Amino acid sequence: MAQAVLQGILLGGVFAVVGIGMSMIFGIVKLANLAHGEFFILGAYLSMLFAGQLDISPLLTLVIVVPLMFVAGYALQGALINRVLGMGDEPPLLITFGLSFILQNVLLLIFSADPQTLKTTYQLKTIVVSDSLIVPVLYLVNFIVGALVILILGLFLRFTYTGQAIRAVSDDNMAASLMGISVKRSYSIAMGIATSTAAVAGVVIGTTFTFYPYTGSEYLLVAFGVVVLGGMGSIPGTLVGGLVFGLARTIGSQVFGTNYQMMIGYIILLAMLMIRPQGLFSK
Amino acid sequence: MCAEPLLRVEGVCAKYGDFLAVAGASFEVPAQSIVSVIGANGAGKSTLMDCIAGVHKPVSGRILFKGEDITGLSPNGVVAKRLALVPQGSRCFTRMTVEHNLLMGAYPKHARAGRGERLEKVYELFPMLREKRKDLSGSLSGGQRQMVAIGRALMSAPELILFDEISLGLAPTVIKDIYQRIRAINREGVSVVLVEQDVARSKKTSAYSYIMLRGEMVLSGPSKELDDEKVKNAYFGVR
Repeated sequence: MAQAVLQGILLGGVFAVVGIGMSMIFGIVKLANLAHGEFFILGAYLSMLFAGQLDISPLLTLVIVVPLMFVAGYALQGALINRVLGMGDEPPLLITFGLSFILQNVLLLIFSADPQTLKTTYQLKTIVVSDSLIVPVLYLVNFIVGALVILILGLFLRFTYTGQAIRAVSDDNMAASLMGISVKRSYSIAMGIATSTAAVAGVVIGTTFTFYPYTGSEYLLVAFGVVVLGGMGSIPGTLVGGLVFGLARTIGSQVFGTNYQMMIGYIILLAMLMIRPQGLFSK
Repeated sequence: MCAEPLLRVEGVCAKYGDFLAVAGASFEVPAQSIVSVIGANGAGKSTLMDCIAGVHKPVSGRILFKGEDITGLSPNGVVAKRLALVPQGSRCFTRMTVEHNLLMGAYPKHARAGRGERLEKVYELFPMLREKRKDLSGSLSGGQRQMVAIGRALMSAPELILFDEISLGLAPTVIKDIYQRIRAINREGVSVVLVEQDVARSKKTSAYSYIMLRGEMVLSGPSKELDDEKVKNAYFGVR
């Protein structure tokens, strides 16, 4: 059980990153980005492409994948979603829904439905703590990457002009515009951050589990769960949401077997929606 | 008003959907003065202020600030010209501290230099904000939030501030206090537009008053010379 808890916590750090971009877009653009899972898995496929072409480690491909995904998210928000804002709730939602379909099918077309993995040199290494407790290096690296993403994002939002502008927009976009902040540009930057953090999560998950084009929708649910548990737009909340989901998954797979490993997570989610729908850390 | 005024609004019309909220409103603000725009609920005052600040796009008319046409500029364009709006209901960033709120006011590029000194000035004007600077603005009372909103506007180093119903929902003693600070701000050389439903107070504070009814200015004059009976009739639309 200690092993499951440890792995759950380490996995939770990554789940938090799966959810953090979703949470940001919820909190700032007030939009449920249904294509979030596809951006996540697109990150894994891009990493696979670059790792294969350049013969480098998947983690190193982040140097290319992250800026690329940022630009993609920024452009998507600027060219598509910003245009339909103010026309009601449905048009932006439908855009992300359509985009999720398109991306999924493009991935199918290019990469087929075959399961893929990102190979790393450390995937089988372990650190033996005791007889009953082994730390897989892969999980540890994933957790560190996840924690770094969250830390950097937190510092960015707190200490840079752009980060503060994004927070102001999330609080009150009309007042923010009176401060000379371009609301739409803030939305685009937020979407860029959301897509690039999703891609980071996709890469680390891709090094850990097999994936195929449909994996995106599976992780959209994880992202939703993390956001609901943590409360929209809250970084500490996202972290806690991620940990709860990570633990639920590893403990669930031990108790119910891998087929039902996500069940506990969704039961907690359901209970949460009934008891505290605003999330643990909602402000 | 012979010299070129600081702000000149000429025949502005603005719609909400199909409803014409502002129907050809014109008024002027001379440099360094306090001008009040008085009107009942729904007269179109807030929409007019939103048009000036760039938050709402007018369908016709012209807005000139310092002789420059600023009609249809984005809010960031307007604030860069040194024109600030304190919106109705303060609209503080409730999840940020008081100090962060104030610093957001200095977000426009022109306002970043010297923001430390301006912050110090805001704290001198509102010592209460210095005490509460680490508190979330969402935890403050209505009057304190208005002070944050005023301080935030001052942080952008404006030459003209529009105050949209600053006294709405506040206790009379708090209102008196805030009006004193507004006069102090004006003495520093900042021009002021007071948008109010409270006729007596805004007339007392301003040099010149406009009465707005159904989207246009129906009466105007130096505040001291405006006859109370006439103002009342204009305010309620009695002929």
